[in-house]
Amino acid sequence: MSTPTISLTPNVRASERAQETSDSTGAVSKITVRDLNFFYGRVQALHGISLDIPERIVMAFIGPSGCGKSTFLRTLNRMNDVIPGTRVEGEVLIDGQDVYAPGTDVVELRRNVGMVFQKSNPFPKSIFDNVAYGLRINRLTPSRSELEERVEQALRDAALWEEVKDRLKQSALSLSGGQQQRLCIARALAIRPSIVLMDEPASALDPIATSKIEELIVDLKQHYTIVIVTHNMQQAARVSDNTAFFLLGKLIEVNSTEKMFTAPNEKTTEDYITGRFG
Amino acid sequence: MNRADRTRRLNSAVMTTVTALCTFFAVGVLAIILAYIVWRGIGAVNLRFLIDSPRPVGEGGGIGNAILGTLILLLLASVIGLPLGIATGVYLSEFGGGRFANVVRFVADTMTGIPSIVVGVFAYAIVVLPMRHFSALAGGVALALIMIPIVARTTEEMIKLVPQTLREGALALGAPQWRVTLGIVIPAASSGIVTGAMLAIARISGETAPLLFTALGSRFFNYYLDQPIASLTVQIYNYAISPYDEWHALAWAATLVLMTMILAINIGVRILTRKRF
Repeated sequence: MSTPTISLTPNVRASERAQETSDSTGAVSKITVRDLNFFYGRVQALHGISLDIPERIVMAFIGPSGCGKSTFLRTLNRMNDVIPGTRVEGEVLIDGQDVYAPGTDVVELRRNVGMVFQKSNPFPKSIFDNVAYGLRINRLTPSRSELEERVEQALRDAALWEEVKDRLKQSALSLSGGQQQRLCIARALAIRPSIVLMDEPASALDPIATSKIEELIVDLKQHYTIVIVTHNMQQAARVSDNTAFFLLGKLIEVNSTEKMFTAPNEKTTEDYITGRFG
Repeated sequence: MNRADRTRRLNSAVMTTVTALCTFFAVGVLAIILAYIVWRGIGAVNLRFLIDSPRPVGEGGGIGNAILGTLILLLLASVIGLPLGIATGVYLSEFGGGRFANVVRFVADTMTGIPSIVVGVFAYAIVVLPMRHFSALAGGVALALIMIPIVARTTEEMIKLVPQTLREGALALGAPQWRVTLGIVIPAASSGIVTGAMLAIARISGETAPLLFTALGSRFFNYYLDQPIASLTVQIYNYAISPYDEWHALAWAATLVLMTMILAINIGVRILTRKRF
């Protein structure tokens, strides 16, 4: 397991700067969202979301389809910017910096906030080149040997190294679905972000591949702050420390996962979790 | 089996037969044309025919200069037309959401339908008149003008097929837009783009009209872009409208050579750009 050490990653250094924001439990808040509204054209998809995500935990977003959880996730690394006609109001602070402030370097932001998508999306390149892509475009590795080292480390971190070490030059598309998704995780980890966003990373996978991804997520929180969107409430219960429940673009409740699944504060949360709707 | 079932099966059988017959007819006509050309042309094809230049009636002669001329014209048109066409297609699909892009798209579609002789007249006006003589360059420009809209539209369509998730995957790694386009999107669409380029090259290699008063044609080997140059199509035209049986045979043979050349280019590029991943 790689430790994003200070000497190598400026991103982590930033996260270890003095924090001004903190959540109610007193833990350091890695991500702080205040009064976030989001619009697709004239349709408002998110209504006044305020939320704190502490550092190095797994935060799960649950809620029925179309409740805005993916949209919210994508506001955290500004992936919604690529969709024409979208608009954001409010604040998203990562390490105390507003990511929507004018002058924010989106490239820098996305380097710090990695993302894994619902459908695995390996590039039509070799396994090695997939993992090396982020390192190459960001010019993070000056020498070939260092590049190889970082690629190996990322693949080990994603628990994929043993399966692919003898065929790094083969096409990434030759891997199985579960392997492709772990490759995408390795690709995100290679540039050593401090936050990893996961948008239903296991929804297209079989149970065995899913459990591998879940184990991986639990491992990763030692070094990364993980935010995961999931349709699967058991999955949220298994992997996450905190859970946030979304409904119709509003954040209904956020709590520790344990409390959320045993004694939620809101009646709506209980109804959803016990399967009365959604 | 009830009545509705029987009707459905009968409908299905009739429609399958009709579509199969239509396919057979369409492919059959093509096969007959190809076979006829081979039959009429093969007799006059020999090494001398392939490397010699034309001679007066009764002395044989060949189409070596026309083969070379066609290759030079295709190369010239590709050098001008492919970069412009591909760049336009990339712009339309990756950055072309606005009004301007719609205008460009409409113009490209209209240009695809313009009769090639009109393109020839245009090239005559902008290249031949200022230079005051016919030239290979003018022919290349005319052919490039035919290529650009075809290449632009096929490139656009091919790039649109690249899944959005692939772009987002690269953007999420901190790649700027231009690197996503150059490093991920274009390579992912490359086989389609090449196919579009091949279609365009195949299309222009059969063009005669735009070359008649631009490249003009020549009886000699020419290596200079500012001089008139021979091409297979114009050579075929000249041989075919002559009153001599001997030249008619040469026209058939040249047709066979032209067809084989197009086939060879297609197969060659397909082998070179075989999908590796």
